[in-house]
Amino acid sequence: MSVPAGVSDSVAITCRNLRKKFVLRHTRSMKEAIVWLLTGRKGDLSKKFDALKDVSLDVEQGETVALLGLNGSGKSTLLKLISGVLQPDEGTVHTRGRVAGLIEVGAGFHHDLSGRDNVYLNGAILGMTQSQIDAMFDSIVEFSEIGEFIDTEVKFYSSGMYLKLAFSIAVHTDPEVFLIDEILAVGDEPFQRKCITKINELAAAGKTLFVVSHDLDLVASVCKRGVLLEHGQIIMDGEVHAVVKELRRRSEASAA
Amino acid sequence: MTQPVTDLVQPGRGRGIIDVYKHKFLLQLLVRKEIKIRYRGSVLGLLWSYVKPLMQFLIYFVALGVFLDMQRGTPNYAIYLFSGIVLVNFFTESLGNATRSIVDNRDLIRKIYLPRELFPVSTVWVSAAHLLPQVVVLVGACLLTGWSPSIWQLLAVVAAFVLTAILSIGLGLLFGAANVYFRDSENIVDMILMIVTWASPVLYVWPMVQRVMGQWFFLYQLNPVTVAVEVFHWAFWSPTLSPEQSVSISMPPDLLTVWLPSAFGVAALVLVIGQLVFMKLSVHFAQEL
Repeated sequence: MSVPAGVSDSVAITCRNLRKKFVLRHTRSMKEAIVWLLTGRKGDLSKKFDALKDVSLDVEQGETVALLGLNGSGKSTLLKLISGVLQPDEGTVHTRGRVAGLIEVGAGFHHDLSGRDNVYLNGAILGMTQSQIDAMFDSIVEFSEIGEFIDTEVKFYSSGMYLKLAFSIAVHTDPEVFLIDEILAVGDEPFQRKCITKINELAAAGKTLFVVSHDLDLVASVCKRGVLLEHGQIIMDGEVHAVVKELRRRSEASAA
Repeated sequence: MTQPVTDLVQPGRGRGIIDVYKHKFLLQLLVRKEIKIRYRGSVLGLLWSYVKPLMQFLIYFVALGVFLDMQRGTPNYAIYLFSGIVLVNFFTESLGNATRSIVDNRDLIRKIYLPRELFPVSTVWVSAAHLLPQVVVLVGACLLTGWSPSIWQLLAVVAAFVLTAILSIGLGLLFGAANVYFRDSENIVDMILMIVTWASPVLYVWPMVQRVMGQWFFLYQLNPVTVAVEVFHWAFWSPTLSPEQSVSISMPPDLLTVWLPSAFGVAALVLVIGQLVFMKLSVHFAQEL
């Protein structure tokens, strides 16, 4: 598959006619599948629904984009397609440079390893090299405010410490494109402020940010562009404040 | 540390097992993690890796070698048995864990894109790390009975190990991927592993099979695990025999000239099939897990 036509040289993410279908599988065993085949495939083994329908989107390098929408509108699915975790059923995704995500902070943590081991493991999972982690290590620990607990097994961490360390590793991975899913539930208020400052720094440094959050005021302060998804389709794409306003109007309308 | 502007790529499209090589550092960390957490909180730690095979060996030796008197037909039966068991242990552990590796790492696979081949490959490395202490025990026992191998026999040990590793990765990719869709795959593998111990000359000697199978004996020899076990016998067990004992019990004909290369062929074929199936199925891992 070739690069889609009509895309500028400075594009960071380009999606064309994306469609993602999910199968709700009812069966999990070979026996049921074989019985189903032998009995003449009566009934449907699975139900399908479209999480994304015909989504096309270009994000320029250095742009800060907020992906907005109510629950189930397909935001996380789109993020996973961009990160490569999922593959589209139709359409194409292309990205430029290293893409890293704060998708579910701490997914690569192992409870029985020390904080130090987890920094290396998680850093490597997010695509850092050994020398990069070595160079960043002190900065990661400092940012996370973990201090002397870095050599303690993470199962003894409080949930706040755990998330702070995970977030700290993620923001130090230094990718070109940053995917951020619901980061802002991390830690206490001072730490949240620190995170936002850090994210603004990344934006100022010309990183491409792609943010999913339900904290509308916050995304509006971090991002410039807003994209509104509803039932798997883009229904609005424009200046973030206008998009936030539209989402509020729609959610009030549906609540009423 | 900003990288130069690169070309557009499609995320999540891997090149299979070649990508694992590009993630050497992560592979190393994953292997180290598994070894570290295996004996967490235990006092004896890694010593268990020595104690367990030794115990297994002693049980077989006493029950089969002494009580059933296999020692009479097969001199140095203890060494014979142990060299086979060590190799089969490596195979069963690698394949069993590789089959479970994708499902066990579902949290990661669902959230972050990594070459998924990393997980089965890392389990084989972990098993290799557990093989080492067993080989140390084996070499110790061999030296006690006057083992003096040639350089070719030592090289053959490495070849048999590599052969088993290739086969384990191939089958591990195949069943690991299938396990995502059908958890039955775990049970199929458990059954295969049960058969493997008996389908190779671990507890008996190969001429017994040849007597029964006659002209179909080549089928038995096509199993790479069988060949690897026979190579281990040739390298560890036969150098401990006295000249008159060696005359009465020989190795299978053409072991190194025909069967070892053909076993590599079979293992390579399994690896290719495993990789192709894995690539096809791995596209939907994240949504199926």
